[in-house]
Amino acid sequence: MEWIFEPWPWYVAGPLIAFIMFLLIFIGKGFGMSSNLRTLCTLCGADSKSDFFDFDWKSQRWNLIVVVGAIIGGFIGANFLSNDLSVAINPDTITDLKELGFNSAGEAYLPTELFTWEAVGGVKALIILLIGGILIGFGARYAGGCTSGHAISGLSNLQLPSLIAVIGFFIGGLVMVHLLFPLIF
Amino acid sequence: MRSIGYLLIGIFFGIVMFKSEAASWFRIYEMFQFQSFHMYGIIGSALVLGVIGVQIIKRKNLKNFFGQRITFIPKEKSFSRYMYGGIIFGLGWALAGACPGPIFTLIGAGFMPILIVFAGSLLGTFLYGLLRKKLPH
Repeated sequence: MEWIFEPWPWYVAGPLIAFIMFLLIFIGKGFGMSSNLRTLCTLCGADSKSDFFDFDWKSQRWNLIVVVGAIIGGFIGANFLSNDLSVAINPDTITDLKELGFNSAGEAYLPTELFTWEAVGGVKALIILLIGGILIGFGARYAGGCTSGHAISGLSNLQLPSLIAVIGFFIGGLVMVHLLFPLIF
Repeated sequence: MRSIGYLLIGIFFGIVMFKSEAASWFRIYEMFQFQSFHMYGIIGSALVLGVIGVQIIKRKNLKNFFGQRITFIPKEKSFSRYMYGGIIFGLGWALAGACPGPIFTLIGAGFMPILIVFAGSLLGTFLYGLLRKKLPH
């Protein structure tokens, strides 16, 4: 059972994600995480500002429960199922990241240069995280889904719109990492 | 009773996201640098099984746990919303190193600055709601 405490390989994680999607399908629901952001906006009163948020949020209550579970799952994974939180990425990637100023590469789960309160106090990290979040929320709703809704659920159903969205995800990601990161960091 | 089911599925999902390191900023960066098979293996293997499973459900007209036939709603046809929205999402995915599922997982894992990403994602969703009618779909 020692393997549980090690990072899980892709051939364990991928099939488990497919299993989660099918569990949700067989329970009469679907796998999609970003729609919860819309539901949460409605709960915060956004329905008075735009009819986009004027929908029966209770029909999405089940998905909010999944989200609560995902939070608890993160707590369990980090606190009870891990011995070492560092992520063993490719040594070449570590070298690249150190050149960009990410000295925590290879030694942490998330870069301490962005995800500590100390870093956030330096304002630059705060702005980066905030803008990253805005792009994620805006883009996911514009595209009608995120990694779970398009890359997993949509492509599993051979949906052309999802393929277009996933190509878009990669164009955006590649532009960010290859063209914009050298300017930002 | 069903609520417990949703909660358990969510917990399982959160553990898988955390333990597979799909919730790690470093893995996302490495993926966009094409320097590891890890993330492609996760998404690819989920997808291969997903495609096979969906085909089986459709061809055998399988019913769900409650005896209803499983139907898949096709996505609305369009190009611009998926491409433009996708690019914007991808920019954010690479910058913050998290997509919506892992954002929640990381809150639970105790990386509290992820709350800034979470707040941003709510703001971004809200902005889309305000600007939606002015955007090409």
